Amino acid sequence: MPMNENNEFKPLIVAFCCNWCSYAGADLAGSSRLTYPENVKIIRVPCSGRVNPMFILRAFERGADGVIICGCHPGDCHYSTGNYYARRRMALLFSMLEYMGIENGRTRVEWCSAAEGAKFSKTMNEFCEKIASLGENVRLGDLRCKN
Amino acid sequence: MQELKNRLIQLISDGTVARVIGWKKGDMPYNPEPACFSTVEELEDFVYDGFCGANLSKMMIEVANLEGKTAVCLKPCDTYSFNQLIREHRVNRENAYIIGVGCRGKLDIEKARKAGIKGIEAIEGVGIEGEGDVTFKTIYGDKAMAYSELLLDRCHVCKGKDHMVYDEVIGESKDTADSDRFDDVKKIEAMSSAEKFAYFQNELSKCIRCNACRNVCPACSCRKCVFDNTKFDSQQRANVDSFEEKMFHIIRAFHVAGRCTDCGECSRVCPQGIPLHLFNRKFIKDIDDFYGEFQAGKDPEAQSPLTDFTFEDLEPKQAVGRGEN
Amino acid sequence: MQRIGVFVCHCGSNIAATVDVKKVVELVRYEQGVVYADDYMYMCSEAGQQKVMEAIKEHNLTGLVICSCSPRMHEATFRACAAKAGLNPFMVEIANIREHCSWIHKDMEEATKKAVILARAAIAKVNLNTPLQEGESPVVKRALVIGGGIAGIQTALDIANAGYPVDIVEKEPSIGGRMSQLDKTFPTLDCSSCILTPKMVEVAQHPNIKIYSYSEVEKVGGFVGNFEVDIRKKARSVNEDKCTGCGVCQTKCPLGKTGKIPSEFNRGLGTRSAIYTPFAQAVPNVPVIDRENCTYFKTGKCGVCAKLCPSGCIDYEQQDQIVTEKYGAIVVATGFDIINLDKYDEYAYNTCPDVITSLELERLMNAAGPTGGHLLRMSDGKAPKDIVFIQCVGSRCADDRGKPYCSKVCCMYTAKHAMLIKDHWPEMNVTVFYIDVRTPGKNFDEFYRRAVEQYHVNYIKGQVGKVMPQADGSLIVQGSDLLDGKQIKMKADMVVLAAAVEPNKDARKIASMLTASIDNNDFLTEAHAKLRPVESPTAGIFLSGMSQGPKDIPETVSQAGAAAVKVIGLLAKDKLKTNPCTAKCDMFQCNGCSTCANVCPYGAISYEDTLVRGPGVNETRRIAKVNTALCQGCGACTSACPSGAMDLQGFSNLQIISEVDAICR
Repeated sequence: MPMNENNEFKPLIVAFCCNWCSYAGADLAGSSRLTYPENVKIIRVPCSGRVNPMFILRAFERGADGVIICGCHPGDCHYSTGNYYARRRMALLFSMLEYMGIENGRTRVEWCSAAEGAKFSKTMNEFCEKIASLGENVRLGDLRCKN
Repeated sequence: MQELKNRLIQLISDGTVARVIGWKKGDMPYNPEPACFSTVEELEDFVYDGFCGANLSKMMIEVANLEGKTAVCLKPCDTYSFNQLIREHRVNRENAYIIGVGCRGKLDIEKARKAGIKGIEAIEGVGIEGEGDVTFKTIYGDKAMAYSELLLDRCHVCKGKDHMVYDEVIGESKDTADSDRFDDVKKIEAMSSAEKFAYFQNELSKCIRCNACRNVCPACSCRKCVFDNTKFDSQQRANVDSFEEKMFHIIRAFHVAGRCTDCGECSRVCPQGIPLHLFNRKFIKDIDDFYGEFQAGKDPEAQSPLTDFTFEDLEPKQAVGRGEN
Repeated sequence: MQRIGVFVCHCGSNIAATVDVKKVVELVRYEQGVVYADDYMYMCSEAGQQKVMEAIKEHNLTGLVICSCSPRMHEATFRACAAKAGLNPFMVEIANIREHCSWIHKDMEEATKKAVILARAAIAKVNLNTPLQEGESPVVKRALVIGGGIAGIQTALDIANAGYPVDIVEKEPSIGGRMSQLDKTFPTLDCSSCILTPKMVEVAQHPNIKIYSYSEVEKVGGFVGNFEVDIRKKARSVNEDKCTGCGVCQTKCPLGKTGKIPSEFNRGLGTRSAIYTPFAQAVPNVPVIDRENCTYFKTGKCGVCAKLCPSGCIDYEQQDQIVTEKYGAIVVATGFDIINLDKYDEYAYNTCPDVITSLELERLMNAAGPTGGHLLRMSDGKAPKDIVFIQCVGSRCADDRGKPYCSKVCCMYTAKHAMLIKDHWPEMNVTVFYIDVRTPGKNFDEFYRRAVEQYHVNYIKGQVGKVMPQADGSLIVQGSDLLDGKQIKMKADMVVLAAAVEPNKDARKIASMLTASIDNNDFLTEAHAKLRPVESPTAGIFLSGMSQGPKDIPETVSQAGAAAVKVIGLLAKDKLKTNPCTAKCDMFQCNGCSTCANVCPYGAISYEDTLVRGPGVNETRRIAKVNTALCQGCGACTSACPSGAMDLQGFSNLQIISEVDAICR
């Protein structure tokens, strides 16, 4: 388990951000110097609708402790409808993860516009805290659960 | 069954169809197997009884482009799968001659085994008509069980006696539902997170990755399965620690979400007895709860919930923690 | 195997102050595929780019990773730089170590670690990049303008004057739109038709403009540069080519005298004949027969117009006609209407004829209107003495009866109405109930102050709760004065409601035909609220006038001109470069199930029976085909595709997974 010098658990967080709103929101958080933990690593995708559930599961399997998907607010999708499909897909995926006994909160969807640098930073801070409180992801590493 | 068999012989003889997809006798009285018949002679082996649980709709994909029509025997629940395949342009309705076959529930030989019945030589009372008990002729003598006691689990949540699509119907059907389809899902939902995980850990650790579930599933009919697709880097067969191995069932369930008709074949064929349908049924329950009732295959024109949306759909965070307060 | 060069930018101290740039260079040097790594003070500078270009040539680089600011900032710069050195521009990936790292982290060690991980993810991705080619598609040099109001007219004229043919589709029998219904215009009080009519004539006579009046867009296919549009020319029952516009048919139509058919142009305050042009200056000046009301169409008897028409142009047998035309660009100028006031019972609009909307007042004050320009009560034909204006009826409305937005034009036109009334009839008492008076705009506030100071219009800040018709035919207006904190009851002879504007009812239908996005209020959405205000996010679709949001005439005309410039800029090109980051279908894996087409917002996916030949397969199957000119690269199809046949170039499944793996390593 990765620890920092104070022996605190530092979770690994993968953030999928749509190019048009959330990635730009993250840029704005940067240019506004609104800090959030280093353990958030952002992957740029064209649209939240591009995020295949396989990517999320892959991240968990490879050791991520939390995965967050950020997209344009409903109604604002650069491609009109991508985030609406993402919203349904993620609702079903998250519910399934809960059903399989994965702790609630390891996955999150947040709509964040290009203007919401502060919201982006706040969301990432909150999410890091949440994941830190859940601890290391063990269960979603291997759903077949062979030990 | 004789009426059905005679009709199939007639269809082949008069050239209405070039072949028939049905069941033929297996090596044991309780395991008839899906088969394709092209001649009247071959049809001699045709059988249709309470053990013909297999959903034959998927076999229609292979014959979609063959010369001449293909007759296929579909039980009421199988017709949902067929409709779904129509929607996905996988089968050719014009090339199919659908015989809706009567069904009073299909039987699970495991139920008999669990009741201690062994050494079966013959089975009586499993015809498509009739009300009486099933009699097992065994090397230890005759054993009787009620038909309803032997039903497959899925038949207790029967979708109904109506065929969704057919050219003709032969035989009577019966709605054998006597419990709520989502009872088992609700039971799991009520568990604590740790209990849920323990439950699935126990079930899924039995998986031997034989692919039977995938091969039988009418929704899992991709020309090339995503698990064999190098583009997802999921093909690492030698490595038991691979992504594919670990995530197989959840990915499979997600791939068929919104398309799964809940035919229950996955659980029926699993050699390890994993209740795989509990994944699919969870998606179906969520879809019903979140986006309104939807039965895949009921209406081939209906938009699948995952390729549809409303502006007011619930947010992913509202999809979880619904049991908590 | 790629030969990747990694370039780490200091960005002065922007990056270097928090990220140990040299250490990043040392740590990424041994990543898979990396053959060269270096750092520089300002990578984006001329000298920095030069360094990159030299390295590409010297080390035969096949891929670049630039660790710098956001790709939204300089991705285009470095792609162009790569292209200059002969490297395919899509072999460049940016690791965002400024906005996503150095600017938000304080601890140098942690920030450096993160920068290395971000660089690794980009390297992992570039290892899987493939050279992509921008496609080309031809441009049809003709534009379509949907809507023939002032927005559509101005856009069409500007495009036509630049030398490109334009078609206007107008669903009404004449172009002119809302502006033709207005009496005077603020803030100059010049007569609306005096300034509009010449423009309408110019449109009619322009060799580059073709008007499809009494026509609607039926179907839109194709894509930017190459739209194919079906236009339904509704049966006019009059031969357009033969008609001279003499007007005999209209004057002789027996239904004209009965006063039974309300005139749409006069907002139902006047009547018209069954064969009619909406107004005298109509363009084209060719009447239509209203088949719903015409006696001939109802009973087969009459035929007066056909008998009397000197040029024999009445054609009762005429059918709707579908015209198919190709366009390079489409402008939406569908305009607005005012909201239906059925939900506002308190203002007695539906029950009392002396409660009217401002648009109706325009007609009542117009010399060509139903009262010949005399301001008369609709109930008894008498001149009113006390007039009350109520502002924000349905605008800035919190509940679902009205609209959340400000309609923008009401404050000014009400000041105009009040002033004109006081000017003509100084003895009338004019009161305006307002929430706020909003007058930004050149000479606008001066205009409003004239109404208050020079004409003594009684402005009361407050809302009207109720308008109560009295037995004597007058009205009692009950409201509150927020400044005095008093309840007011006031007698009125006429009440004028500033009803909210709303987009044309057809806007949503048209937007969905065009796959253009539209907001919850049915205004079309611009590609960028500030920087691309006249373009729709859908390539080749442009926005003009009220269809995009409330605006007055000067703003509409400016926007119309801006939209025209964008159209001209598009039509001036012979070929369009298309984004190569498009979806691509692997035919060996495609099931032909149509799932992808269901989620594609651009209609870019079609299905073709395709011969699939490869190891173990040789058959014709239904296979998805992506039109790369239409595809915008959103990737919705890729995650909807059950078999994984659909992939997105530039953001492929494997590329994203490799980034995930690199980050989670």
